[in-house]
Amino acid sequence: MKEDMKDPYETLGIARSASEKDIKEAFKRLARTCHPDLHPGDKTAEEKFKAISTANDLLKDKETRRRFDAGEIDASGAERPRGQFYRDFAEGAAYGSHAAQDGFASNEELEEFLARAFAGGAQRPRRPHRARGQDVNYVLRVGFLDVVNGGEHTITLPGGKMLQVKIPEGAEDRQMLRLEGQGMPGFGGGPAGDAYVELYAEPDSYFRRKDDNIHVEVPITLREAVLGARIEVPTISGAVTMTIPAGSNTGKTLRLREKGVRNPKTGQRGHQLITLKVVLPTGDEPELAAFLKAWQPNSPDDPRKEMLK
Amino acid sequence: MMRADELVESIEALRRGDIEAWIDENLIVPREEGGELFFSAMECARVRLICTLRYELDIEAETLSVVLSLLDQLYQTRQRLLSLTAAVAAQDKSVQASVLAAIMRGAASDE
Repeated sequence: MKEDMKDPYETLGIARSASEKDIKEAFKRLARTCHPDLHPGDKTAEEKFKAISTANDLLKDKETRRRFDAGEIDASGAERPRGQFYRDFAEGAAYGSHAAQDGFASNEELEEFLARAFAGGAQRPRRPHRARGQDVNYVLRVGFLDVVNGGEHTITLPGGKMLQVKIPEGAEDRQMLRLEGQGMPGFGGGPAGDAYVELYAEPDSYFRRKDDNIHVEVPITLREAVLGARIEVPTISGAVTMTIPAGSNTGKTLRLREKGVRNPKTGQRGHQLITLKVVLPTGDEPELAAFLKAWQPNSPDDPRKEMLK
Repeated sequence: MMRADELVESIEALRRGDIEAWIDENLIVPREEGGELFFSAMECARVRLICTLRYELDIEAETLSVVLSLLDQLYQTRQRLLSLTAAVAAQDKSVQASVLAAIMRGAASDE
């Protein structure tokens, strides 16, 4: 007897003395639980159904059963090819087209996604078994600086459980962090599922991120613009002092090297790009007004010349 | 494509009269050409399924149409569910996570 050929009586769960009626009843009972067309989502159904069909085919025929009992043939004697199952067609169209259109390797990926969503509720096993716990998803809203600089956060779950989340430096908005083993507990000694935490970075009032670079608009006074100055500017890792050259106009961009976001892959920091914006004094400045009235510019260009051509 | 007599030949339990009866009940819809019936691979699989239901699981002839109608609805629903799943799986990870989270919230409030 081939090793993978199980005893057909054992497969059907019946005694060797079983009557014809017993055999039919046993097959009927098992077929209901594993016919692939009646269990379209169960990948193991086909294997199980083939096994019980082969056993049934062998035992329902009096002559082959007699020969098997007498040891003249082995269990593989009753194996016969079965046609394709209806489910292969009923779902084939949907699977086929999606695999082609959406680049899925197989329907397994889709079934896996469903299983994750519903935790296999459609095919709840009848007997308790060892299974990995369900994965869980959370959303963590954090400040812009907490995302780019990284840091530790604690999420309190509805049940009171605390979840420690370590945000790596250089993380991104909408980044998914996986916390291994922090999902639902497993069943029957199975491992716990994972927790997936999605980061939502609150936008910052001043800093804007573009890849690893940080963009910020910095207002300067008229005097600083004309005469140049050493000024303090904010960066994501604290204020730094920088030089504004004399004659810096609104829109001029200055670069602070390696004051941007640290790239988690290369370890290199991006830059901070500062766009200057000249602002006038907010109060009354009669001296300034008087000066400007008397002022004769060296280069009396009309800044709107190009627009009015 | 299989002719009706080839199909009857290939399935032990199937009788010619079954085919006529199941066509009358609209359980199977083979193609008819020049007075001859032709069964696609899918239609053949459906006939095999009906034979299993009728002759191996002993489902009464009158109950067959109910069972098949429910099965057809199950497959249609699964097809739609898989299409929807494929559409979700084609979205960004963040969208997928939001959908999963919403489903889980729904499942949790059901319990």
